[in-house]
Amino acid sequence: MWDYSKTLKDHFLNPRNVGEIKDPDGVGEVGSLACGDALKLMFKLNDEGRIGDIKFQTFGCASAIASSSALTEMAMGKTIEEAGKITNKDIADYLGGMPEEKMHCSVMGREALEKAIANCNGEDSGGVAQLEGRVVCTCFGVTEPEIRRAISENGLVTVEQVTHYTKAGGGCGQCEADIEGILAEILGTSREEVFAQEKPEKKRLTNIQKMQLVMETIEREIRPTLKRDGGDVDLIDIDGDTVIVALRGTCTNCPSAALTLSSVVEAKLREFVSDSLRVEVAS
Amino acid sequence: MKTVYVDNNATTQVADEVYEAMKPFFCELYGNPSSMHDFGGSVASRIEDARAHVAHLINADPSEIVFTSCGTESDNTAIQGVLSANPGKRHIVTSRVEHPAVHGLCIHLASKGYQITEIPVDEKGMLNVEDVRAAITDDTAIVSIMMANNETGVIFPVEEIGNVCREKGAPFHTDAVQAVGKVPLDMATMPIDLLSISGHKLHAPKGIGVLYIRKGVKVGQLLVGGHQEKGRRGGTENVASIVGFGEACRLAEYHLEEENTRVRAMRDRLEEALLANCRDARLNGHKTMRLPNTTNISFEYVEGEAILLLFNELGICASSGSACTSGSLEPSHVLRAMGVPFTAAHGSIRFSLSIYNSDEEIDYIIEKVPPIIERLREISLYGRG
Repeated sequence: MWDYSKTLKDHFLNPRNVGEIKDPDGVGEVGSLACGDALKLMFKLNDEGRIGDIKFQTFGCASAIASSSALTEMAMGKTIEEAGKITNKDIADYLGGMPEEKMHCSVMGREALEKAIANCNGEDSGGVAQLEGRVVCTCFGVTEPEIRRAISENGLVTVEQVTHYTKAGGGCGQCEADIEGILAEILGTSREEVFAQEKPEKKRLTNIQKMQLVMETIEREIRPTLKRDGGDVDLIDIDGDTVIVALRGTCTNCPSAALTLSSVVEAKLREFVSDSLRVEVAS
Repeated sequence: MKTVYVDNNATTQVADEVYEAMKPFFCELYGNPSSMHDFGGSVASRIEDARAHVAHLINADPSEIVFTSCGTESDNTAIQGVLSANPGKRHIVTSRVEHPAVHGLCIHLASKGYQITEIPVDEKGMLNVEDVRAAITDDTAIVSIMMANNETGVIFPVEEIGNVCREKGAPFHTDAVQAVGKVPLDMATMPIDLLSISGHKLHAPKGIGVLYIRKGVKVGQLLVGGHQEKGRRGGTENVASIVGFGEACRLAEYHLEEENTRVRAMRDRLEEALLANCRDARLNGHKTMRLPNTTNISFEYVEGEAILLLFNELGICASSGSACTSGSLEPSHVLRAMGVPFTAAHGSIRFSLSIYNSDEEIDYIIEKVPPIIERLREISLYGRG
């Protein structure tokens, strides 16, 4: 059972501003029945150019309904410029926090609001212009700009977190390596800082130390990632700076095995053991 | 607020008689059945009494009953035990709608290089025995197909499946966790080699299970250690729970008829009323080939987790195959395997009854559910009246 805050439960049990507005100034709709949640948001501006009336209709779980309700309360009375600054984190904070697995509900709220504002401004209502882009997750139709924004605004560091916030990777899971790549690129240098304390100091290693560290890194850092996809890796040999491995399980016939090898296995070994390591697959 | 518990496929209330039977084995008769002294040794005979009750319920020989810690351990012992006893064979036949105890294990075994064939089901959740026949090869180590589905209650034709397995020479395991106590079983005539039972689904406590192993079927040990259970399962016996399990099986035999008459009638009344009184509601699963206590209904255009939380406000305990309840993003693999549209799968609710439910409780659910569904549809942007 989810640990929902009192505020979130209240917004679910007594949702504010449910319904429709005749002749709204802005309408935004996100999600779909197939995805499991969908939200339609509409508002009308008053004479002062502020949001004078705002209503929502939501199909979804308790946190989706509560996020929508909270959003309408937050946006009411604001100019559209002010309302446009509301982030998904603001929505979650307003509700007294929400389980990480449910953060995508708050992201959906923010997206609907953005769409409604774009619609009000006479921009193409087909979508939020700046967030269109390459689709990374085909199961849930999540684009690269959406993923990038969720990562940078919420300080995400793992693929799992990206899935909780955007749903990307939550279906067939084939885009996980892609998300990993986006994460690595964005975090780049900052990732070094994030893990600075956990990471062992890279110094000159004896062969035995190197071997131990390679084995530890495979066990702790690499296996869990591969196993999520039903894959696995075995250490075959270490020859100088060349680490020879065998990919197992679903990795064996995976078309992205080469990518996994460089972006996961080699990257992690370089990160935790030595920058000069190369990884090869046993023939 | 009164609790109306209709989530008995998740777990059940421990029967008073079971609890009473267990009590002496905590602070008084706490000896180890393996001990040489009478104080411990006398406990061993009580385990054998319990074993006899379990055997009697399914018409097996007591020597074919092995106590485990849960249904998952029974499934793991059956499948991994048969694989280790036949290391040359690398193929497993199972269904697409298994409980995670088997489904998850098969995914794990696939990552270890085993080949898995999953038999599909039709829109009613039923499989075709000919598909099983076609799937079995010379390399098939085991066929593991459940007896009754935990989500829909659909009962598979395990006798026919077992006969096909006999013809083809493949051992047949069935997860009967949901079926035992609701469906009459006769191991003397049914072609089943291994069968898993779980205590807490039939009014015994959590943490006790049984694996039936037909005489002559070779099964390696999962828990290696002591000599307990004739060397088939190491670990000091969970005496109190074993005694409770025995008592629960004795009661189950006695209540089998009630499950199929009074409980079935309550289930049917609940199902008919909800389908009639809620618009856009549909039944998931075969209408007749089904456990007497289970109904799985989809309320389209609303989402299961939201329904359950509103039920919760009224003390009604049920389950959903919705994605949001589990924290995954995709709805139940069982409903998807049946081709239930996502729109309906997200709004699926399982009600599972027991002999402890009353007609008054069914009336209460019938009265409370339609307004809850309507309330959520008022909020939803789809399916408005």
